[in-house]
Amino acid sequence: MAERVGVYVCHCGSNIAGVVDVEAVARWAEANLEGVVVARDYKFMCSSLGQELVKEDIEKEGLTRVVVAACSPHLHEKTFRRACAAGGLNPYYFQMASIREQVSWVTEDRAQATQKAKMLIAGAVQRVLHHQALEPSQVPVNEHTMIVGAGIAGIQAALELADAGHPVYLVEREPSIGGHMAQFDKTFPTLDCAACILTPKMSDVDAHDNIKLLSYSEVEEVSGFIGNFHVRLRKKARYVDEDTCTGCGICIEKCPKKVVDEVFEAGLGYRKAIYRPFPQAVPKYPVIDTESCIYFERGTCKACEKFCPTGAIDFEQQDSMMELDVGNIVLATGFRLFDCTRIPQYGYGRLANVFTSLEFERMGNAAGPTGGRIVLRDGVTEPKSVAIVHCVGSRDSRHHPYCSAVCCMAALKFGHLVLERTQAEVYSFYIDIRTPQKGYEEFYDRLQEEGMHFVRGRVAEITDAARSPGEEGKLIVQVEDTLIGRQRRVPVDMVILMGAMEPRLDAKEVAVRFGISCSMDGWFIERHPKLDPVATMTDGVFIAGTCQGPKDIPGSVAQGAAAAARVQGMISRGTVLIEPVVASIDESKCSGCRICNDLCPFNAIDYLEQEGVSRIQTALCKGCGTCVAACPSGAITGAHFNDEQIMAEIEGLLYDVLHTNGAQAPAEEPAPA
Amino acid sequence: MSEREASPSGKGKLALYWAASCGGCEIAVLGIDDKILQVAEAFDIIFWPCVMDGKVRDVEKVPDKGIDLCLFNGGIRTSEQEYMARLLRRKSKVLVAFGSCAHEGCIPGLANLSSKEEIFQTAYHDTPSTDNPQGVEPQPETKVPEGTLHLPVFYDTLKTLDQTVPVDYYLPGCPPEPERIWDALTAILQGELPPPGSVIGATTTVCEECQRTRHEKKIKEFKRTWQIIPDPDTCLLEQGLICAGIATRAGCGALCPQVNSPCIGCYGPNEGVQDFGACMMSAIASVIDSDDPEEIERIIEQGIPDPVGTFYRFSLAHSLLRRGRLKGSGNGRVPVVADAAVEEG
Ligand SMILES: Cc1cc2nc3c(=O)[nH]c(=O)nc-3n(C[C@H](O)[C@H](O)[C@H](O)COP(=O)(O)OP(=O)(O)OC[C@H]3O[C@@H](n4cnc5c(N)ncnc54)[C@H](O)[C@@H]3O)c2cc1C
Ligand code: SF4
Ligand code: SF4
Ligand code: SF4
Ligand code: SF4
Repeated sequence: MAERVGVYVCHCGSNIAGVVDVEAVARWAEANLEGVVVARDYKFMCSSLGQELVKEDIEKEGLTRVVVAACSPHLHEKTFRRACAAGGLNPYYFQMASIREQVSWVTEDRAQATQKAKMLIAGAVQRVLHHQALEPSQVPVNEHTMIVGAGIAGIQAALELADAGHPVYLVEREPSIGGHMAQFDKTFPTLDCAACILTPKMSDVDAHDNIKLLSYSEVEEVSGFIGNFHVRLRKKARYVDEDTCTGCGICIEKCPKKVVDEVFEAGLGYRKAIYRPFPQAVPKYPVIDTESCIYFERGTCKACEKFCPTGAIDFEQQDSMMELDVGNIVLATGFRLFDCTRIPQYGYGRLANVFTSLEFERMGNAAGPTGGRIVLRDGVTEPKSVAIVHCVGSRDSRHHPYCSAVCCMAALKFGHLVLERTQAEVYSFYIDIRTPQKGYEEFYDRLQEEGMHFVRGRVAEITDAARSPGEEGKLIVQVEDTLIGRQRRVPVDMVILMGAMEPRLDAKEVAVRFGISCSMDGWFIERHPKLDPVATMTDGVFIAGTCQGPKDIPGSVAQGAAAAARVQGMISRGTVLIEPVVASIDESKCSGCRICNDLCPFNAIDYLEQEGVSRIQTALCKGCGTCVAACPSGAITGAHFNDEQIMAEIEGLLYDVLHTNGAQAPAEEPAPA
Repeated sequence: MSEREASPSGKGKLALYWAASCGGCEIAVLGIDDKILQVAEAFDIIFWPCVMDGKVRDVEKVPDKGIDLCLFNGGIRTSEQEYMARLLRRKSKVLVAFGSCAHEGCIPGLANLSSKEEIFQTAYHDTPSTDNPQGVEPQPETKVPEGTLHLPVFYDTLKTLDQTVPVDYYLPGCPPEPERIWDALTAILQGELPPPGSVIGATTTVCEECQRTRHEKKIKEFKRTWQIIPDPDTCLLEQGLICAGIATRAGCGALCPQVNSPCIGCYGPNEGVQDFGACMMSAIASVIDSDDPEEIERIIEQGIPDPVGTFYRFSLAHSLLRRGRLKGSGNGRVPVVADAAVEEG
């Protein structure tokens, strides 16, 4: 049966019609293109009336193929596929020609634009004639969800899902959950005590029947696909038996070995060789750090074992492996702080009284190493003046071009703490103060009233080289004050560097493991920056919190909840449809050369040793086409993008070339020589 | 063979022809050994210039479709070959492009990187063995006292048989392996032919026939055959030798890899593949183990000094590019077919 093609040319208001003669294009298509039985132009094809037009023509004109020339498939391919389906046509008997993005927006000359639109439509019409009906496949969704990273974002996601009745595995690499927020004293802009709002959530996690907490654990391998992921993870040895330990903490008390706590206390405080990062840690079980434990070093000590009332210490414990099946995954692996030694002129690590923001958070914390007293590195002297340097590593082409979003507010918070607890003068050295959220600008006003000084300019250097008696024994902040247009030297006792928020060091590896992508900076990439911020291009893998980009606690919590809602949507639907635009291998053509094996970005290709051929797991394939192009046997076909379809489209695009000088007269038989 | 013309012997009629090719295909036909007698039983061989005397005018006298099977080897480089191709097409029921040259152009097709002038310059003037003090070049017409002598016109571009006339079947290989020739002849004799236009042969590639163990491929350095003695049990490509077995239609039994030498691709592309070289290049490019553009360039430049010769050794004339760009219009009769970007050398 000859195909009956309908062509619809959209005006897109004046977006397309302003440049392309849409009526002429439609008339031309109907008159010249093989198979076209109806061609119309219409104001807004994506409107319900436009879609109705397609549906009606399918029913009345018996269309078997549809071409819409409009914006881009990215925007409206789904819309028009639905319209075809509504008319009873397989949605894959549809093709879109992009005459807005590829023509009217980028071509000035009306005649050229009109001609270009015609050729794109010719390509689409020739292609659609070769389309095949495709059906999506259905797979069930496992109700379990794995959340990786138990900072505030991960905790929120876990609680939302668990409260809704769904089982959750919460995986955290550190001995305790809580993430960065557990290190803070107060949180801007309300100055709530961080622990007061975080620890109740942490103990909810601990007690929740639907949450299985896997702390001190890391995911090593992920396979499978949406609804059906299979995960292998490593539970690191704590050397403490979780079943017998009561969390009494006697072992910690008795342990003779004290070391600097580089992680939780940011190097400002100490912990024992057997430790809990902080008193309210969840889970409550301590862990032995084998690097500093005397027994692991010299084979004697075992004080903890001696004193443990329940015999929970187990020096023989080994890492153990676990396998989980889950339907969805939420990544909430958070951020790390910029290493301030990378800007040597700021003196961190060299000048004792230059602190990082995290050090200051610990110092300001009532449960921290100084008991909340703000003092210099010597541990006793209160500073008389404090400089807070913004944008350390942020908004800096040598480090990170982006704004870290929270440093201005954290700087104001620090200013408040200093003013509240000491007599010191506080200077903020900023480029721009950024306070865009609810209550943030008000907090800035408050600090101005509280007497914090603001100097606009990027700090050039922090030095202890005095140039005048007044600078002796001080740290001098050298800066160009851009509001008065003058260089200034501000002598202070203490400097706090507001380091940038950075992706975790292993963000790229984690992204590869979970089959998602990272931006150039290393933040995980969302499916759509505005309309789909917690989904990723890999179905069933979601992201929440600062692993996606710098943000504050409210933003992280909102994303945690949003990701949970998306997962719940998947669970309540019960099954997911898998796009049929996937690649497949014709095993009779596959020679088992194994060229394709390592190429798939989604690990969808397996090599079957026995049969000596490769096979694609359809549910994993995203139809990217990488393997299709690589297979030297021509054994792999990409559905909806097969050679025939692509060649037909190219021939259509060359319509004018082939129709003006293409048909060469057949050469006559030459005379014998 | 139901509608076979009744001949005095009641047998079918067979013709074989040799156009632009090396002659290996003629020998390959004899490689079917004593089975040639079975061929002689089934067919009257009415035209086989390499083996027996015959005249073009005799072929001209055969009624159209009077030949049951014509095995045509060689590409089309001259006006005479073109004439014979058209003539044999008209006279034959089944025309088979026999061997790589007729199928894909083969080595003679590599001369499509040059123009006729350049080819003549090399062949009649520049090679060390040329002894041509008067600088004579063949001319289509030469006047001598006795009259005018004619030679075939030499074209700029070598065309494959199917770029000249419609072809029914293809028998790939340089030359086709005797077993495959016999398979094809048997199929033709028994009338068990695939749909017209098919290549008679396997639908997978040489790797399938190759016994070497293979792994996921990651290549950091390409090597030339003289640079290493490869391990006999591991895939040659994984050892850095560009083995075309991945892209080459099976049928030879992996002859070259068996003797520790990479496949060079004489059996042409697999079923459904349009352009052998493009296919090889995208496969090879996919397994280069580097993300650094400069390193990739270095790997390619050092390891693959002759990309056309490596990837299009047998198939340039039949590729999407067909030939190198001609300077000027050339004086051959064949128009410039494709504006190819293949640079010479
Ligand atoms: C100095 C400073 C002060 C701040 N003050 C405030 C404030 O007052 N108010 C406010 O709203 N915001 C503040 N913020 C921002 C706030 O810290 C973040 O918005 C919030 O902590 C982000 O939470 P998260 O869950 O995304 O990440 P994180 O807190 O970083 O948590 C991530 C968790 O994932 C774990 N993890 C990482 N990788 C893996 C892995 N591969 N496997 C398993 N687990 C893993 C980590 O161990 C961690 O527990 C401040 C930020 C800074 C730098
Ligand atoms: S590249 Fe093609 S022929 Fe080679 S293993 Fe993969 S599917 Fe098979
Ligand atoms: S098309 Fe892309 S996603 Fe699908 S199997 Fe091939 S490489 Fe993987
Ligand atoms: S040696 Fe060549 S033919 Fe054999 S498996 Fe490797 S690529 Fe294929
Ligand atoms: S291995 Fe390749 S080059 Fe060698 S004979 Fe076979 S097909 Fe030809």
